[in-house]
Amino acid sequence: MSQIFTKNANTLARASLVAVVLAGGVFGWLIVAVPRSDYITRVDVPRPQPVPFSHKHHAGGMGIDCRYCHTTVETSGFANIPPTKTCMNCHSQLFTNAALLEPVRASFRNDTPLAWTRVHDLPDFVYFDHSIHVSKGVGCATCHGRVDQMPLMYKENTLQMEWCINCHRHPEEFLRPRDQVFNMQYQPPANQIELGRRLVKEYNVAGVQQITSCSTCHR
Amino acid sequence: MNETRSSQLSPQAPIIAPGHTFGSVTDKISSIVLTKSAPIPWYVAAFIGFLCTMMLFYAITYLLLKGVGIWGVNIPIGWGFAIINLVWWIGIGHAGTLISAILLLLNQKWRTSINRFAEAMTIFAVMCAALFPLIHTGRPWLAWYWLLPYPNTMGVWPQFRSPLIWDVFAISTYATVSVLFWLVGLIPDMATLRDKTVHPLLKKVYGVAALGWRGSAKHWSRYETAYLLLAGLATPLVISVHSVISFDFTIGIIPGWHSTIFPPYFVAGAIYAGFAMVLTLAIPLRALYGLHDFITMRHIDNMAKVMLVTGLIVFYGYNMEAFFAWYSANQYETFMVWNRMTGPYWPIYWSLIFCNGVAPQLLWFKKVRLNLKSLYAVTMAVNVGMWLERFVIVVTSLHRDFVPSSWGMYYPTRWDWMTFIGTLGMFVMLMFLFVRVLPMISIFEVRALLPQAKVKEAPAE
Repeated sequence: MSQIFTKNANTLARASLVAVVLAGGVFGWLIVAVPRSDYITRVDVPRPQPVPFSHKHHAGGMGIDCRYCHTTVETSGFANIPPTKTCMNCHSQLFTNAALLEPVRASFRNDTPLAWTRVHDLPDFVYFDHSIHVSKGVGCATCHGRVDQMPLMYKENTLQMEWCINCHRHPEEFLRPRDQVFNMQYQPPANQIELGRRLVKEYNVAGVQQITSCSTCHR
Repeated sequence: MNETRSSQLSPQAPIIAPGHTFGSVTDKISSIVLTKSAPIPWYVAAFIGFLCTMMLFYAITYLLLKGVGIWGVNIPIGWGFAIINLVWWIGIGHAGTLISAILLLLNQKWRTSINRFAEAMTIFAVMCAALFPLIHTGRPWLAWYWLLPYPNTMGVWPQFRSPLIWDVFAISTYATVSVLFWLVGLIPDMATLRDKTVHPLLKKVYGVAALGWRGSAKHWSRYETAYLLLAGLATPLVISVHSVISFDFTIGIIPGWHSTIFPPYFVAGAIYAGFAMVLTLAIPLRALYGLHDFITMRHIDNMAKVMLVTGLIVFYGYNMEAFFAWYSANQYETFMVWNRMTGPYWPIYWSLIFCNGVAPQLLWFKKVRLNLKSLYAVTMAVNVGMWLERFVIVVTSLHRDFVPSSWGMYYPTRWDWMTFIGTLGMFVMLMFLFVRVLPMISIFEVRALLPQAKVKEAPAE
């Protein structure tokens, strides 16, 4: 009877053992890495906008306070996108002929809002409230990054649940005094943990068990 | 007739019928696989199985499109057919592991003729079982992050204190070990088929599955070690898997669930159901392929005895449940048992007692055990009874809990039935495909049972 397999079948059989282990490893790595990649999370990827609005210029260069435009951030769950009128407060006087700003003027003339592309968009099943975070001492930059250094808006953080819950599990590592919330240049002090623990007490931050409960964010 | 029967059944009787040689055993078993045509009943059964499988796919597709609302489940009965069928199927699988592992370690030679297809039955039953909790989640593609512990982007792990997670590990371990055990046990037979077939492609396929088996002494020695180790691994699973399944219930505080008797009586019930299913399959297959020489009346008698023993344990469990409901003087427990016996589901409870408790008492009689028709009737009663048992446990416990305001009724919908019957069809189809392409009886192990295989040591001089 002739041989069914040629001699290299032995090598193939051994190689297949290695291949299975490798494939398992690659699969495991993909499961961990792909959902966290910039491709999925869109971290550090600027989104095209109707007007190339620069936070770096306005918040960084001009030093305009966050709340000048995002007026509701301290009192409402949603930090509003300013109406075109807010833009026109200055731009009725400044760069009135700049071609770049024509969509803004058109929006004002026609009374139609600018259609910005939302950069920080949580899933609909997540309840998020800006005001509570601001009043408990979570700085704007803690989540949004150094917006004052972003020529075009992009996400600094993934907004994935593991990122949210990291802070909810250890709020003392991230809290800052209330009067520093809107300070873009704020650097945490060396005794952050000590300060954080004090602030947790002072601001009556709810216990970790409560703020990591499912229904705190999934209502 | 009676004399031949009783001589066949004495402990000294050979496990396989006399007159066989190594060659005739090999030819007989491998010829079932290595043939161009199959008997007509094979086509009929496989086709019906195929149709039911298509119905299963249809039901699952509709479920995924519409959601679990198409089933009869609703609060307070959130666990309907899906969990009943899961427990039923996983229980059926247990006979395979018991036969292959525990009977091997206990040196019960009669396991040899039935272990291969009992193991196949285990794997297919576990496949049917595992399907139910997955589709019960409604959106299985979202379920895996709370079923499997992996570093997900939510920063949370599954609830390790929940028996539902233990279930995931129990069933996946069980499936893995069963498949490994089955595949390792197939290796020498794969080599036999490789050498016997004349079809060049089949030669290659069986050749790959045989992993280069040449039957050298080294191969045999390694094979025996591996098989024994796997048997050792599988043995605790016989006990653990259904114990863990029973924890799904016992960890809950619902009367009728929160009971320490559950693990042992679930395990006994699983082996009971499993042997009933082995007999359900073995009796027709034996007739269809003329395997009377290998699956003898002695095998059938032994399996019936195992059924009787495990059935008595299960019946003891039912009686203890009722006894402790009275003895505990706990009004909720008492009410639960009373509600089972006289409540809206009383016909199901009493059918269960009849099928699982009364019918198997017939197996005390040798005449019943050795009459294929009466034995088949008993095994069918047990198959039904074990399903009813899970219905009683799941539904009657949930539908009347502590507060009358949360009482309800459960009625399965046609989608429930289509899914259940669909898995039955899938099981039949897989089973018939298996007997067509793989030797349903372990050829080399049966060869080892022949008198010729007993090599005498030369007397020392």
